[in-house]
Amino acid sequence: MATTTLAPRARTYDRSRVYEWLTTTDHKKIGVLYISTAFLMFLVGGVYALLIRSELAIPGLQFLEFETYNQIFTLHGTVMIFLFVMPMWTGLANYIVPLQVGAADMAFPRINALSYWMIPLGALLLFSGYGLGGAANAGWTGYAPLSAREGIGIDLWVASLVLLGTSSILGAINFIATIFKMRAPGLTLMRMPLFVWNTLVTSVLLLFAVPVLTAGLVMLFIDRNYGGGFFDPALGGNPILWQHIFWFFGHPEVYILILPAFGVVSEVLPVFSRKPLFGYKAFVFATASIGALGFSVWAHHMFTTGAVYLPFFSFFTFLIAVPTGIKFFNWLATMWGGQIRLSTPMLFAMGFIALFLIGGLDGAFLAVVPFDFHVQDTYWVVSHLHYVLVAGSVFGIFAGLYYWFPKMFGRLLSEKLGKVHWALLFIGTNLAFFPQHLLGLDGMIRRIADYAPNPGWTELNFLSTVGAFMIGASTLVFMWNVFVTMRTPADAPDDPWDANTLEWATTSPPPPYNFDALPPVRSERPLFDLKYGAVEPRAAAYPAAAGETHEETRADAPEEVLGEPVEGHRDEEGEDRPEATPQVSEEAPDARPRETRPTRDEIPPPPEERR
Amino acid sequence: MSAGSEVAQLPHAQEDPHGEVGHAEQGINTAMLGMLLFIGSEVMFFAGLFATYFNARSAAPQWPPEGMANIVTPDLFPIWIATITLVVSSFSMQLAVWRIRKGDRTGMNRALAVTLLLGAIFLGLQAYDYWHLLDHYGFGINSNIYGTLFYTMTGFHGAHVLGGVVGIAVILLRGMAGQFSARHHIAVEAVSVYWHFVDVVWIALFFVLYYLK
Repeated sequence: MATTTLAPRARTYDRSRVYEWLTTTDHKKIGVLYISTAFLMFLVGGVYALLIRSELAIPGLQFLEFETYNQIFTLHGTVMIFLFVMPMWTGLANYIVPLQVGAADMAFPRINALSYWMIPLGALLLFSGYGLGGAANAGWTGYAPLSAREGIGIDLWVASLVLLGTSSILGAINFIATIFKMRAPGLTLMRMPLFVWNTLVTSVLLLFAVPVLTAGLVMLFIDRNYGGGFFDPALGGNPILWQHIFWFFGHPEVYILILPAFGVVSEVLPVFSRKPLFGYKAFVFATASIGALGFSVWAHHMFTTGAVYLPFFSFFTFLIAVPTGIKFFNWLATMWGGQIRLSTPMLFAMGFIALFLIGGLDGAFLAVVPFDFHVQDTYWVVSHLHYVLVAGSVFGIFAGLYYWFPKMFGRLLSEKLGKVHWALLFIGTNLAFFPQHLLGLDGMIRRIADYAPNPGWTELNFLSTVGAFMIGASTLVFMWNVFVTMRTPADAPDDPWDANTLEWATTSPPPPYNFDALPPVRSERPLFDLKYGAVEPRAAAYPAAAGETHEETRADAPEEVLGEPVEGHRDEEGEDRPEATPQVSEEAPDARPRETRPTRDEIPPPPEERR
Repeated sequence: MSAGSEVAQLPHAQEDPHGEVGHAEQGINTAMLGMLLFIGSEVMFFAGLFATYFNARSAAPQWPPEGMANIVTPDLFPIWIATITLVVSSFSMQLAVWRIRKGDRTGMNRALAVTLLLGAIFLGLQAYDYWHLLDHYGFGINSNIYGTLFYTMTGFHGAHVLGGVVGIAVILLRGMAGQFSARHHIAVEAVSVYWHFVDVVWIALFFVLYYLK
């Protein structure tokens, strides 16, 4: 597919495919491993969800025991958060971030492989509880003293989370080092794609939040196994302390789950609106301030303990709505007046905006202390967290998967099936989780296997169950879509969406080490500049031949050598080029005009000896 | 902008002709950045433990708890000696870094061997301290929150010292194999920073657990 302007020529060498995938340190293969593992875990967590919803469809105990039910909702939460959403984002970022910053790989490729292989091991530990006397059953939050009871399941849960947390910390170090040290020449911090920015802030949150959870988990483990007294009042400990530690991790964690979705939406909206992102800098500062404020709101999960200073945590919780609001208005302004293409990634991004708003607003309700006292531990909270996690993270994940699938596998997913998937998921999400608002207001508490047939409860619960099964059906449509697509030839163009960022400047899928040459980066849309106007085609860099210095060829040569995208520029030979005739491109009216647009043929091919 | 005149003044000589295209090596070394970030996460781990300590301490009616006042005391032996051992080992570690920066492999190996020995002595003294507290006072991890905190905090610190000792052993073996030079010794620098971090944590632990009344 010679549709890229800068098709790389590197080739891989042959070895057994199994050996290759088991030992790979290529960030793209590790990304695919992460994504497939996470999707498998999405299916497992989804089956748990359907079991819960089936049990709750009508009052009375249908087919689950109380104990089984406890294990199921515990593992549903743990699997979905630690084994689906987090690895899924790590996988997408693993694949995309090095490409978007123009790097050959992650900063520490072998640590990257180590981080991945801890995930299946962590999953194995978590599920091994089933064979060893019962899985964890204290909820995904594992509140002490409930979690201090007997039962090997919780010990395995602790060990699994420590392992998964270590994987996340190592991954975060890798991303931060990659983003700070491996960016392409010219790709300054304020030109980084928003997905990279969000991955950076997410990594910083992981780096500082996860170790605190690890500390809490080892304390719990010591309490459970060595007679420690951290959370045991009889020995002078304090059970509330677990909540402080857990939520000091847990609240940054919710931004860890949602910030990458913000990044994906901020990538998708400009491309499918044919406009630059509105308010790039505001986005960056909003992302950073969400990250910073995320560390000052943990105790809003603990209003009813009576052990926290309510006005402080209420105020900071409301304050987080400000940067989030900035993002919302910038997204709307990005779409405003654009030539919107309703492709599947765009539908998911728009669905995200519409539904995450609901999740944000019902979350703001919870920041109101008296209201929170009323709905503490009710289905209102369940509804809120599913609106931000399903309508937020999952919509973001699918927007990203549809958007980057052609880059990963060289095939465009079917638009028709994609739209069916989107419609089912959109309706299913609302049907499943909106009724839970009403149930919560009505006082139905969470984590119960049975409920009284109060007026209206049966109908609302049944609606919610129908919605859950629609979400399940939508996932089947997605899997069918991937299955059908993978059987077609890999003939997707390298830049199918006419996008802006560097990952689309290489082939689909990219070769090992990604790029031979990088376009010069002079804005946050380097590929757009290359295609529509602002930079010189000859700025493309090839490896230096013998006797040639890198200044003459490499893309990080000073701008004087590359040619500043200005009119009347004097180039290396000292000859004045004629003034560029301002020409407005039809495809992109806002592109900076240039004389002629470079085609691939105009880029001088490298001489043979340069390879 | 007229750039023609500036082209002639490019610093050609400073460029590494073998440098990877697009990734000029400037600023902090990538491996060192990774180590510093890792230490950042370790700081948060110990911050969790310290926060727990002060939470328990502030909630307790009396600290140390009744009957525990004279158990954890900063005696000359073993705890002051252990502290001095670890602080001195930080200096010898830094000496190893300074030697290899000058290209002196033998000097680095000697300093690393001394550091390794001092680290092992620290672990031995800590083990003796544990044995002494258990044997003499019956003060264990399950005695009360004080014991839980004491053994958890010093225990995790000890585990980090052990990790550092393993790291020092690895770079000592690599140093003996002649793998480091004045230009290429990032592993030594990184292990050194980690070792200093472990030392600083111990000083904080020492004053909080043994001296803070």
